[in-house]
Amino acid sequence: MVQITSALPIAKMIGSNRVVLGNGIVHVTGDAKLSPEDEKDLRRRLVQKALDALQSGETQK
Amino acid sequence: MRVVHYLNQFFGGVGAEEHAGAPLQVRDGAVGPGRLLEPLLGDESRIVMTLLCGDNYAVENQEAVIASAIEKMHPLRADLFVAGPCFDAGRYGMAAGALCAAVQAELKIPAITGMNEENPGVDLYRDALYIIDSGSNPAKMREVVGKMAGLGQKLVQKRAVGLPAEEGYLPRGLLRDQVVKHTAARRLVDMLVAKLNGTAFESEMLPVAFEPTPMPAAIKNLSQARVMLITDGGLVPKGNPDRIQGTAATRWGSYSIEGRDDLRGEEYEISHGGYDARFVQEDPNRLVPLDAMREMEKRGVIGKLHNEFISTSGRVNPLANTRRLGREMAQKIRRDGVDAVILTST
Repeated sequence: MVQITSALPIAKMIGSNRVVLGNGIVHVTGDAKLSPEDEKDLRRRLVQKALDALQSGETQK
Repeated sequence: MRVVHYLNQFFGGVGAEEHAGAPLQVRDGAVGPGRLLEPLLGDESRIVMTLLCGDNYAVENQEAVIASAIEKMHPLRADLFVAGPCFDAGRYGMAAGALCAAVQAELKIPAITGMNEENPGVDLYRDALYIIDSGSNPAKMREVVGKMAGLGQKLVQKRAVGLPAEEGYLPRGLLRDQVVKHTAARRLVDMLVAKLNGTAFESEMLPVAFEPTPMPAAIKNLSQARVMLITDGGLVPKGNPDRIQGTAATRWGSYSIEGRDDLRGEEYEISHGGYDARFVQEDPNRLVPLDAMREMEKRGVIGKLHNEFISTSGRVNPLANTRRLGREMAQKIRRDGVDAVILTST
């Protein structure tokens, strides 16, 4: 599991193992200030980071 | 009162560590600490069965031991289940906790156990159970068993249970309304003055401990993996069909995204009182990134995007509650054959 969140201290406190920093509490995977194209790009990058994180660490024996 | 008692191989008199592999066995009546317990439970009380099991066997075969214990107890129509006390014995504590939790859930009768606060069984089961604080010294057996008997009687008779310090059980993290003499400001200043003077005071905040969660294994072959989206940001279909509460949610829902390439604001609403949800309402992909994930699926980066997303509201929620929600979600995720989860949290 990977968690995308902007509330990093909470993720750390509960011991979340894989964390990707989101783009704000009110739009974790978005940004209302960007154009729709740029916003979707941002989302693609965040999702890609999350997928990278899922492949990090030890693999199952 | 009809009571069933659980003991490990040591306290049950089977033998020491070399008998830790002993399977579950049954004795009629009270054994060992049970002989102390029985008279303390009151005149009409009897230990109708004692279950014994080796510590290693109980932990290594937990599910089978639980199933077998429940089956043996079922025809006895017991009123109370007592396990231990376990003091510092970790495997004993884990088995006792698991059995108590299972008996409460399946036989719907109260269960009580006793452990030292450091026992790993405490972290695992303190939310679900009344665990008498036994300390680590088995020489205190009589005192500990007395507290277990007292609280056990109250539970069976459905009498009001006092605070942890009054009854001697380990705090469960439950909140209860209470009328107190002084305002919060007065109590706070009193505590501060006591602290500055170096005198004793009792904090009203419980430190919360989180047991470390092992990191799940890395996904070896993402292009074959089934990935699921989960959020605690409270996104639900219009009308909130599962009535997921915006604060202290007791429920979660799973919602179809089959055949959809993105999420549309007019079809969803947000049940979460903890953040300004206007941006997500405008475009739910800002919370549940379906559009980007669908692209990843089409490009073959991931094997399959699971056809439902799970949602609940993560706001001001007692841990006992959120842990249950998490366990329930995990069961579904496993059942559905999901390999990886992306959780988005507000």
